[in-house]
Amino acid sequence: MSETSESRVSIRARLPGFLRRADPAVLTAFGCILLLLLFGSLYSSNFLSLDYLLQQLKVASFLGVVAAGMMVVILLGHIDLSVPWVMTTGAMMACAAAGFGSMGIVAAIPVGVLCGVAIGLLNGVGVAYLRIPSMIVTLASNVVAQGLMVVYTGGFSPQDSAPPAVRWLATGALVPGLPNAILVWLAVSAAMIFLLTRTAFGRAVYGIGNSERAAFLSGVGTRRVVMTAFVLSGALSAFGGVLLAGYASKAAQAMGDAYLLPSIAAVVLGGTSILGGRGSYLGTVAGVILITLLQSILSVMQMPEAGRQIVYGAVIIVMLLLYGRAPPNR
Amino acid sequence: MNEWRYWLGEQRGTLTGLAIFLAMFAVYVANHPAGFTANVVHTAANKGVLLAFVAMAQALVVITAGIDLSVGMIFVLTNCLASWIVVGAALPTALGAAAVLVVGALCGALNGLLVIYGRLQPIVATIATGAIYFGLALLLRPYPGGSVNEALADALTGRFFGVIPSSLVALAAVVLVVWLPFRRSVIGRAAYAAGSSEQAAFMSGVPIRRGKFMAYLLGGLLAGMGGLFLTFFTYTGEAAYASGSAYTLWSIAAVVLGGVSLYGGRGSAVGAIFGAFAARTTGDMLFAFDVDPLWQPLLQGIVLMIAVSIGSLALLRVRNRLDWFQ
Repeated sequence: MSETSESRVSIRARLPGFLRRADPAVLTAFGCILLLLLFGSLYSSNFLSLDYLLQQLKVASFLGVVAAGMMVVILLGHIDLSVPWVMTTGAMMACAAAGFGSMGIVAAIPVGVLCGVAIGLLNGVGVAYLRIPSMIVTLASNVVAQGLMVVYTGGFSPQDSAPPAVRWLATGALVPGLPNAILVWLAVSAAMIFLLTRTAFGRAVYGIGNSERAAFLSGVGTRRVVMTAFVLSGALSAFGGVLLAGYASKAAQAMGDAYLLPSIAAVVLGGTSILGGRGSYLGTVAGVILITLLQSILSVMQMPEAGRQIVYGAVIIVMLLLYGRAPPNR
Repeated sequence: MNEWRYWLGEQRGTLTGLAIFLAMFAVYVANHPAGFTANVVHTAANKGVLLAFVAMAQALVVITAGIDLSVGMIFVLTNCLASWIVVGAALPTALGAAAVLVVGALCGALNGLLVIYGRLQPIVATIATGAIYFGLALLLRPYPGGSVNEALADALTGRFFGVIPSSLVALAAVVLVVWLPFRRSVIGRAAYAAGSSEQAAFMSGVPIRRGKFMAYLLGGLLAGMGGLFLTFFTYTGEAAYASGSAYTLWSIAAVVLGGVSLYGGRGSAVGAIFGAFAARTTGDMLFAFDVDPLWQPLLQGIVLMIAVSIGSLALLRVRNRLDWFQ
């Protein structure tokens, strides 16, 4: 018995450092990405071409920005179901702001993100200070945001085509050959890694996810941290919406509906515990790429929308059964 | 001697739901141009019954301290299925209706298996199964269409003796056949106990797993019944994503309005029915008061947000600051 455990230890010890410390879930996610690429290249020969992969990363970057916000909330053990209409609100308001002359064009992106901040603040106050379950608040604020957008777009039809700055951010290329959207995602990712691993806020997020009571007793202002996390999630969702509007060159009703499930799936696939407190940002990146490749392969195979929904649902359930189970407390 | 006090304490939520509904319905009818006639009641009943079934389904799960975000999608899936198989002569129609209900129950059972035996979080697990059910509904009905046995549909959506809406009679029958036996059985008691305090229930030897599983299964069955009724009203099947998610959302609002605690263990499915009718009446009131249709989604959303927020304000239950973090 002891010998086998010793040999296991020695095998682990012989692994290179980065592998020894890596989360098995993250490694599995990256493994699945390689498998999908292999499978895709069998299906179509230009699956491994650089152009195609860059295109996939560009599409993934919208989901990546949204999933970054979702991850912080899930790390706290909460969930943000207001993603679809926060994205749409951000996109619509950014495009509408651009309709107000040259000042508006400059302010388009900040206006969109600030709308997300406002809804995130509403969610955060509800969850952190009023102690309403996050699922309930965010479901309700999703409906309120939808109602606001119906009133706004119906009353007087605002500009819905994306301003050039937004378009450039999503589709332009600052470095030749490398789409800006990927650079934006890289910047957001760097900021997230810094935030989660190098700041007191990040420590507090993991602490609250494990035990909010313990974090509170250790002197963390848990309510402020929870509220900030929801604000962050709202801002990133809205920013994702703005980018998406730039990519599609216009904002449309219900453009965010297709992002709720994938953003949760990406976080869960990356090994972040849905119960909170465990997970690394690298895993979320892997999850986002995995989901995007899966989407791409399904559309190359001409799978109808119905099949895609079933595959998403099944993939989330299987991954949850592998990593997301509650401990047997009896 | 004082037993009525306990009864009142237990039924407080349900009675509050009834009071909210009666007050709102009275205001609605008073402002309706036609007034309190059989036609107005019939329309209100037929609209409310659909949400009432889905809300009952949600209530069963919420009582066990869970949540089912797939009820709306089970509702849509069973609607699409019913538009294929509840047709023809008497026997095929009966078999088809039974099959629809079985499929609803199976969907609920899958949720139950994942949440109880798979130990998954109900929120995320049911979002995922909801996607699967919606995908299946889309496979069945890529485009709206289909038909239903119209004689049966008209019988169940018409009126008895020209006065009583038969959909209400069907709802009452379902309460008598499904809810009351469940509530009075050991299994139903276990579902309540599991929602109230799972640890204490386990220590007392209550069959919590079976209780919770039955709650999810019956929830699926009731949502399936709602889907069957939707087919009777519309004569078609349609895999509408917006309709499914709206029903899920309003079922939660109805459950809260009907006095079912989102923290589990309190309330009844009967209260959820009153909550569902009250929620439906808010929508109708906006019509009666002639609100600009453009503003209706926003006003409904705000009403929904206030209702569910008040119903689930944990701040009111806090006795000391450590209670924040339960």
